[in-house]
Amino acid sequence: MNNAIEFNHVWKKFKKGEKFNSIRDAVPNLVRSLIQRKPESASLENQEFWALKDVSFHVNPGEVVGVIGPNGAGKSTILKLLSRIMLPNKGGMELNGRVSALIEVTAGFHPELTGRENVYLNGTILGMKRKEIDEKFQEILDFSGLEDFIDTPVKRYSSGMFSRLGFSVAAYVDPDILLVDEVLAVGDIGFQAKCAQKMRELLKSGTTIMLVSHQLALVQSLCKRVVLLHKGEVQKEGTPYEVIPFYENIILQRQEEELRKKLEKGDYKVKVKDETPAELSEVVCLNDQGEKKGSFQVHEPISLEIIYNAKKKVDRPIFTIEIVRGDGVVCCSSESRNDGCVLEQIEGEGKLKVRLGDLMLAPSVYWTRVTIWDKELVHPKRVKKA
Amino acid sequence: MFKEIMKYRDLLFMLTFRDIRIRYKQAAMGFLWAIFMPIVAVAAGMIIKVAMARVAGREVEFLGIVSIAVKVLPWSFFISALRFAVQSLIGNANLVTKIFFPRAVLPLAAILACLFDFSIACVVLVVMLTLAKLGVSVYLFFVPLFIIMLFLLVSGMGLLLAAANLFYRDVKYVVEVILTFGIFFTPVLYEAKIFGKWEILLLLNPVGSILESINAAVVMKQMPDLFWLSYAGIMSVVVFFVGMHVFQKQEYKFAENI
Repeated sequence: MNNAIEFNHVWKKFKKGEKFNSIRDAVPNLVRSLIQRKPESASLENQEFWALKDVSFHVNPGEVVGVIGPNGAGKSTILKLLSRIMLPNKGGMELNGRVSALIEVTAGFHPELTGRENVYLNGTILGMKRKEIDEKFQEILDFSGLEDFIDTPVKRYSSGMFSRLGFSVAAYVDPDILLVDEVLAVGDIGFQAKCAQKMRELLKSGTTIMLVSHQLALVQSLCKRVVLLHKGEVQKEGTPYEVIPFYENIILQRQEEELRKKLEKGDYKVKVKDETPAELSEVVCLNDQGEKKGSFQVHEPISLEIIYNAKKKVDRPIFTIEIVRGDGVVCCSSESRNDGCVLEQIEGEGKLKVRLGDLMLAPSVYWTRVTIWDKELVHPKRVKKA
Repeated sequence: MFKEIMKYRDLLFMLTFRDIRIRYKQAAMGFLWAIFMPIVAVAAGMIIKVAMARVAGREVEFLGIVSIAVKVLPWSFFISALRFAVQSLIGNANLVTKIFFPRAVLPLAAILACLFDFSIACVVLVVMLTLAKLGVSVYLFFVPLFIIMLFLLVSGMGLLLAAANLFYRDVKYVVEVILTFGIFFTPVLYEAKIFGKWEILLLLNPVGSILESINAAVVMKQMPDLFWLSYAGIMSVVVFFVGMHVFQKQEYKFAENI
């Protein structure tokens, strides 16, 4: 049985930096290529890099395959190769069936033309026949929900209307193989639901779909198989339940690293003008056994050890502890006074141990923010993380 | 390649339609410009002709003026078609980098849109010539052939230069300069034979020989010079196929190099 898409050890390189498209560079290049006569795709010249390195995969007819990966991993390059906009430097690919790409659904629009004219223009650009569009016009119109504005030039459309019309045209191309690149997030919630519904319909009708998206939930719900790309290489391939958590882990690790760097630079220290009477010298996370740890399992109890140094006497200080997720959402917050923990006064060095227990946090990167306040909560004394 | 273009002929048609539509969109006179422009062009040619005759101290010949009118329109078709074709790939960069279709439809659509303007201009010219009582001859049947030749010539050049311009933007400046001054080196406002033995140089330019052939058939009501006619025909076909071939060979590099 033939595969719908077959990608055999494909290599693709791009050039970094500015290309000077002028005769001045062309002449020396021409001379050089005449003298050296080396095969164009063999190796990297200066400033070139591999956007895809030996990528192989296949897609069966009627299958939905998701491609995920961080920005710059080569996802869009794959789609561009598949839609024949570019050719690979090495390797081959095979496509069986009519290919349509939902890559940039509004690329074919001309602002001066009306919605109706643009439907025809964009439709033919995507490979439809005029007759076909005649037949489907009403459906396209209904799908877009733009009946009242169809004879208005699209330059007067809102950006939401613009991309809705674009998607509506593209959704009715009726391909055997559909390449989708991050275009499902158009319009309002209602329209997005319609888009996802349309995708499912296409699926049922046996269309092979290749979906590139950063919306992992969508990939998980639509795809049977997921390919994870990283820096131009296939890092993992399998069911969404294997690949997506693996990918999320990579992302979290990177996030953690970045956060750590930032904290080390002291970006998160609250700047206090006055001489502070109390300072936090260290905050450490501990597990139940009292060992220092950086990462914890879900449901693993966590304790904090706070070492402070009060240069002057502070009356009835208040400690606050906040657990903040990497993206800045405060997940837990606790204030010593509210929890009935009253310290009469602190002076000199001291150590405070707080047992947080099982915090029931979802897997992600978190940091803690500890603050010492004086009793009126006016002066934060010092902030630190762990 | 022709097969591919045939497959995408609806696209070619839509792009042509688009280019025509947007040219006259949001212009108060709208479509009237397509009629008005050739009249202006012809009038300008006539004024020059009259002025030249005055300076030379000769009588203003009726046929001389008519021949200017007949030659100015194909010439302006040629330059505008070439100009639009050269820009067509870069002007549609977002399509070239994002969607697959035979790229040749872009310059071809630009040329077809100009051909449409040219045919309107021709209608205007026919009305004017009928009013001027020029009269007809059998040689008029040659005219469609000349227009096909001109179309093939400008298509070949357009494809070639559009591709070249995509890689090296210098091309459009060179083309612009040549088109601006081309009118002096092409027998548009004068006749090739006034140069005597240098006539050959002017007719080697296929546009020149096509224009002279049109002039012979329409204005002089005589058989065009067969040698130069076949020369122009062969040149047009050769240029067309060379342009097509080069374009096709370079096509796969467009998206990355635009």
